[in-house]
Amino acid sequence: MFDGADDQLAIGDYKLTSRLIIGTGGAANLSVLERALVASGTELTTVAMRRADAEGGSGVLELVRRLGIRLLPNTAGCRSAAEAVLTAQLAREALETDLIKLEVHADDRTLLPDPVETLDAAEQLASDGFTVLAYTNDDPVLALRLEEAGCAAVMPLGAPIGTGLGIRNPHNIELIVSRAGVPIVLDAGIGTASDAALAMELGCDAVLLSTAVTRAQDPERMAYAMRSAVLAGRLARAAGRVPQRFWAQASSPPR
Amino acid sequence: MEVQINGDWRAFPDGTTVAGVLEALGTAPRGVAVALNGEVVRRGDWAEAVVAAGARLEILTAVQGG
Repeated sequence: MFDGADDQLAIGDYKLTSRLIIGTGGAANLSVLERALVASGTELTTVAMRRADAEGGSGVLELVRRLGIRLLPNTAGCRSAAEAVLTAQLAREALETDLIKLEVHADDRTLLPDPVETLDAAEQLASDGFTVLAYTNDDPVLALRLEEAGCAAVMPLGAPIGTGLGIRNPHNIELIVSRAGVPIVLDAGIGTASDAALAMELGCDAVLLSTAVTRAQDPERMAYAMRSAVLAGRLARAAGRVPQRFWAQASSPPR
Repeated sequence: MEVQINGDWRAFPDGTTVAGVLEALGTAPRGVAVALNGEVVRRGDWAEAVVAAGARLEILTAVQGG
């Protein structure tokens, strides 16, 4: 009854029952990735666009299509709005989807989003008909600007990509959620299941993660843990937590 | 003529089209996109789009990531 089946997420014209988006990067091989994707219950998964070699693709496309999961191409590796726009156009052509995870990284050490280039690319892509999911800093002002630019979802980071540091500024995530008119997806920084649950408890509409699952010691088991955590956090948010108190309050009747 | 394919210079007969380049390279067309001098060439135009000498061709596909 509380499995989330009647609690769909709408991103643009796309409806999702699973609120966990999985990135395919970092998996040791396709068989590990397949088991993790299935265990996660995800309905949307990211891929990157790279130069094709003579042997063709890595096989990830065939795998994701066989599993019936929708593709979310990203613009990872792009350093400017112009590069990101061209990569998005190529992804749309190659994969026949208008979905794009927009990410423009400022530098290799932090992989933090470049806010100026991201906003510029978001405006161009949204007006070109893309369904834009924009990876961004946990900046409440920028989140609103990306929404105004026409993004279908705004995806603030919890911490830098691949760090597993969790949600470093929960208050900013709450601020972003409180004013958003489009879905907010916590993207990057998730290390373990409690981080994913916290994102949902803070009011995020979904969680996007890859490293936490694909590089876990047991990716399949961690994928199921994340699926459970996202559902638990979503339910806890809807159920309404008790207020925090300074002093104890007896839960048994007085003698 | 010489054409730059994904950063490497390669020789092709004059008048080669995008479709001809992909065939010569043995690239399976499904899941692939092509940019010619920084502009996307739509799949439906591959058979007609002629690649000029000195052109830059980028051929992209999806890989694990993100």
